[in-house]
Amino acid sequence: MYDVNKIREDFPIFALSINGKPNTFLDSAASAQKPKIVIDKMNDMYLHEYANVHRGSYLLSEEITSAFEQARATVQKFVNASSSSEIVFTRSATESINLVAASWGHKFLKASDEVLISEAEHHANLVPWQVLRDEIGFKLNICRVNDDGSFDMEDFRKKLSSKTKLVAITGMSNVLGTIFPLKEIINLAHAKGAKVLVDACQLAVHQKIDVKDLDCDFLAFSGHKTYGPTGIGVLYGKYELLDSMPPYQCGGDMVDTVTYEHTTFDIPPARFEAGTPAIVEAIGLAEALKYLMSLGQDNITTHENELTAYAIKQFSQIKGLHQIGTAQGKGGVFSFVVDGIHPQDLAFILDKEGVAVRVGHHCAAPLVKRMGYSSVARASLGLYNTKEDIDILVKAINKAKTFF
Amino acid sequence: MTIDELIENFSFLDTWEDKYRYLIELGEKMPPLPESYKTAPWQVKGCQSQVWLVPSKEEDRLHFLGDSDAAIVKGLISIVLLIYDNKSPSEIKAVAVDDIFAKIGLKEHLSPSRRNGLEAMVAKIRQYADIL
Ligand SMILES: Cc1ncc(COP(=O)(O)O)c(C=O)c1O
Repeated sequence: MYDVNKIREDFPIFALSINGKPNTFLDSAASAQKPKIVIDKMNDMYLHEYANVHRGSYLLSEEITSAFEQARATVQKFVNASSSSEIVFTRSATESINLVAASWGHKFLKASDEVLISEAEHHANLVPWQVLRDEIGFKLNICRVNDDGSFDMEDFRKKLSSKTKLVAITGMSNVLGTIFPLKEIINLAHAKGAKVLVDACQLAVHQKIDVKDLDCDFLAFSGHKTYGPTGIGVLYGKYELLDSMPPYQCGGDMVDTVTYEHTTFDIPPARFEAGTPAIVEAIGLAEALKYLMSLGQDNITTHENELTAYAIKQFSQIKGLHQIGTAQGKGGVFSFVVDGIHPQDLAFILDKEGVAVRVGHHCAAPLVKRMGYSSVARASLGLYNTKEDIDILVKAINKAKTFF
Repeated sequence: MTIDELIENFSFLDTWEDKYRYLIELGEKMPPLPESYKTAPWQVKGCQSQVWLVPSKEEDRLHFLGDSDAAIVKGLISIVLLIYDNKSPSEIKAVAVDDIFAKIGLKEHLSPSRRNGLEAMVAKIRQYADIL
């Protein structure tokens, strides 16, 4: 049984009230709250077990190096990778994607190639490819989403060609909530010889990730959205691919031999982890992922799907509210506008009612524009949200309507 | 209306609901900004709503027109303009805007992290005071 009220107690922040009201946190898509065990684990590392990693000539360093590498193994298990050597720790999903663009992109993309992304990409999976395009001169193609926010498979097939060297695509839109048909996308891309990078920032929070089953070439996500700390992200890459790539940054910890004349580089993942990594954050992330796995990701998905269905139904009963992104099987991310109320004004009033939502373009400005808006409000679910949260949001929206 | 009158008006309002309703009313009463000014050069960046600010100078006094597509933001702008309009550059520099917003009970809206454009607008006004 998934006892959400019990689970909420794992998150100390929900004990606090906001503006004298219950903390109705509906902005997990931006960043999730942290369970106490993650906070405790990180504290404990600093209090009792801290040293640098991979420098181990003494006990503390050996212990933390082992904890750090166990964290990598936990991430491996979380995404079902073949080996922990396929897991690179980065600062964030943003850095993971930039790493692929800078390293793999520079080495393997030519002016005659094409890269294919979707209309629904976060700026983090759009801008790096634009910048690289301007440098290398390849063509950046953008496949469409339908008006309901669903993936336009026909358009994808049309824009995918033997020139396509990379498909960089989100698993779940942070604006529309749409879950993209990744397996079909990846199969089609591979059939044309293209590599596939999955931006799993949102997907990893809501569904079990299986990189073997997906057969994606790269996959990126951020620790802070999966209930872990900030400052840590993950890049999964198939080992042969990682091994074919040059370093991204250079410095300590990523070299094999160094002389004044020449340096040879370490094998992956060390090759991509120059300098002292975010040690405690990596261990905190692993703790968060273990927490997710212990709750059961399928249980989380079931709980969130129920809430999503409930929210869609409740929203549909608010007169003048327009939901943006209504694709079948969508996850718990709800963008919306209300007739006659600017999203910013709405957020002011929701805030006073203790309800946290985000307004604006959500780092996907072209997508919000394509859906017909310049700014939208977004409520998003985490594993700790309840029907009461939705009810409070709905009540607050209805209250806001009385102001205008 | 003077600033002191405005502060007094707000002092009669006990709840945030009443304050926000009054803000919306203030925004509605603000003279409209001609559409021709709602363009990039007059836009104040860094806001979650669209905000415009148009300065002009008469003798040594600065005048401002402003607008926003968000109603509460517009009300906040009307207060900013009430504070800064028809002042000389040196008077503009001397205004303790934080204190005024604190007295009104809307201090949180001036925080740079709020991104509602107010902070950026005040910065822009002070910048205009330097260059105009
Ligand atoms: C779909 C998606 N991709 C990428 C990112 C970037 O994540 P980060 O800012 O943690 O690097 C986000 C975060 O909002 C996201 O939602």
